[in-house]
Amino acid sequence: MPKQSLRNMSKTKVVMPEQAPNVRNQNFLEVSLGYTEEMAIEEAKRCLQCKAKPCVGGCPINVWIPEFIKLVAAGDFKGAYDKIKETNNLPAVCGRVCPQESQCEKFCVRARRGEAVGIGRLERFVADWNLANRQVQPEPVPSNGKKVAVIGSGPAGLSCAADLAKLGYQVTIFEAFHVPGGVLMYGIPEFRLPKDLVQKEIDAVKQLGVTIKTNMVIGKVLSLDELTAEGYEVIFIGSGAGLPSFMNIPGENLNGVYSANEFLTRINLMKAYQFPKTDTPVKVGKRVAVIGGGNVAMDAARSAKRLGAEEVYIVYRRSEEEMPARLEEVHHAQEEGIIFKMLTNPTRIIGTEDGWIKALECVEMSLTEADESGRRRPVVKTGSEHQFEVDTVVVAIGQSPNPLIKATTSGLDTHAWGGIIVEEETGASSLAGVYAGGDAVTGAATVILAMGAGKKSAKAIDDYLQSQVSSSRI
Amino acid sequence: MYKIVRKEILNPSVKLMEIEAPYVAKKAEPGQFIIFRIDEAGERIPLTIADFNREKGTVTIIFQEVGKTTKRLGQLAEGDEILDFVGPLGVASHFEGLKKVAVIGGGLGTAIAYPQAKKLHSLGIEVDTIIGFRTQDLIILEDEMAVVSDRLIVATDDGSNGHQGFVTDMLDKCIADGADYDLVIAIGPIIMMKMVSQLTKKYGIKTIVSMNPVMVDGTGMCGGCRITVDGEIKFACVDGPDFDGHLVDFDEAMRRQMMYQFEESEQKETHHCQGKEASNA
Repeated sequence: MPKQSLRNMSKTKVVMPEQAPNVRNQNFLEVSLGYTEEMAIEEAKRCLQCKAKPCVGGCPINVWIPEFIKLVAAGDFKGAYDKIKETNNLPAVCGRVCPQESQCEKFCVRARRGEAVGIGRLERFVADWNLANRQVQPEPVPSNGKKVAVIGSGPAGLSCAADLAKLGYQVTIFEAFHVPGGVLMYGIPEFRLPKDLVQKEIDAVKQLGVTIKTNMVIGKVLSLDELTAEGYEVIFIGSGAGLPSFMNIPGENLNGVYSANEFLTRINLMKAYQFPKTDTPVKVGKRVAVIGGGNVAMDAARSAKRLGAEEVYIVYRRSEEEMPARLEEVHHAQEEGIIFKMLTNPTRIIGTEDGWIKALECVEMSLTEADESGRRRPVVKTGSEHQFEVDTVVVAIGQSPNPLIKATTSGLDTHAWGGIIVEEETGASSLAGVYAGGDAVTGAATVILAMGAGKKSAKAIDDYLQSQVSSSRI
Repeated sequence: MYKIVRKEILNPSVKLMEIEAPYVAKKAEPGQFIIFRIDEAGERIPLTIADFNREKGTVTIIFQEVGKTTKRLGQLAEGDEILDFVGPLGVASHFEGLKKVAVIGGGLGTAIAYPQAKKLHSLGIEVDTIIGFRTQDLIILEDEMAVVSDRLIVATDDGSNGHQGFVTDMLDKCIADGADYDLVIAIGPIIMMKMVSQLTKKYGIKTIVSMNPVMVDGTGMCGGCRITVDGEIKFACVDGPDFDGHLVDFDEAMRRQMMYQFEESEQKETHHCQGKEASNA
């Protein structure tokens, strides 16, 4: 066969099959169905295998993108998986939830004339193929006898723990919830990230020799000092940004008002969508308003629709252009019938006499010229007050780091807004032997950035402990 | 897994269980709580720590069977295990510089008031305990309370045992008779804590109440347990559960507690039917 036939010069990505909008908005099954082997090979052939590899620089953990795609194009999915795994501990997760359009795919040469190569879709395909077709037992790494404690089992903690385990460290993750995974389990819904898949990725991390202890709220059950006393030489804090922000407007404590964290935790972690088969209830009315424009708001709105709400509104104070949510998620939400009320800001939640939500009072906003930070500030249009009837409100305007560890650890420096202050390149905190990364440092960001931070700290922790060994030998 | 090492039936609907949970037992203090989950399909339910034994590594919980989860817990036997048991959560109560305290327990609240009275007593603080129940059959922990109280008053709404009347009547009488309390601790149904707080406000006696709102995680990440204290939003799971009774918005708290009333009754129905099926089989 002539070699030239390997290239696919189509300007657009191979279409990924997905559930039809009016079917999927009635169920919690995954929306995107993923590529078949043929589709994956076809899409992989769109990669030009360019020398500059700008895509790799766009990936926070520098996955060997052209290399793995070349293997996919050749039908060597096993080889492609092993290549991805060299740098990425959770590929089935990243392929699904990374904002590729602003990372790897943003820099793809093919994006100059047409669509970028579907790097995320290919990573996802390879990871899923591996889970379906292979039982990988990682080679046991001889232990170096050094103990590291990781606080939090979200993307940052899992990634840090996996990398350290590969280097021979005895790693124990302490998780406050009853299942590990952090936001992958309680935050991102099943229809975007199936939980059995997350569980399999976590199992793979455990197979590296990582121990995960659940129901361990560090700061309450054990302090950082007590972890040190138990022989952990280094502690990595990956406790995330789990403190919900409220709007501080009247009526926020009415019955039917949820933080997005509570709403999504009930649905995803506690499986309230299966109530009464499961024991945790969730209250979704006929008309639901979700306040905010990020991915969390999209997740909450789409979940509400699936729980039977007739009308679901996204209420956002800026315009669609400024929404921080992924474009793909916004499109999915629109297709599923979510109604977008842009340039609208809630001022008050109005209740019934017995304390339930009746309506949301809002004002209309307009955007000013961009200021020196480049952001267009929303200002209130005078006389634009109006009300609309809703019976459930979900507040999704952001989260900040949980203050529990800070409150119980003296000498740990944090910003006024709660983020742990660390050295950028290593994640080293103000306390010797204590590192931190992910949302606990940056405030709510992305899964992949948290994973990148976990990897960076794992490397720094190894350097730190190695240097201690050599200095103690002198 | 967390093993049930002791089970006692305290009254027709209230049970005591001692659970093996060494990490929780090591740190537990009066005023703190745990969250448990029975099995995979189970919900997370908060219960205040009624007692603990650091040497044995056990924590005692006392619960009333009011819905599906507490009923199912009640059916478990010594030796059985539950899936999750996390704690100690919340802020421990503070007792510095006190001389004489009135501890008020209403119904099941008596179980939560007990470790408080015990701790106060062990610190050499004079403790007057007033516990109230609807009727004689529901009285719990009378003997235990007697041991840790300088004076114990038992009240029943119907007068079937002890004094007839509400705990507020007894407290009012004690204060009127000259008891010089520097703190009142009230634990029980919200309406009772509200009434006690209204009474003590009149006398200017500082009052601590233990709030028990709906919770999910119990670690401050969802705000489901939020209550208004002195006009500000507080999360009972991390800022409490103890709060100044003169500053709590009790009416709002009572309303928020009713949020899942419909679902809870649906659960009870389902549970009841399942029970029937099981006994028919």
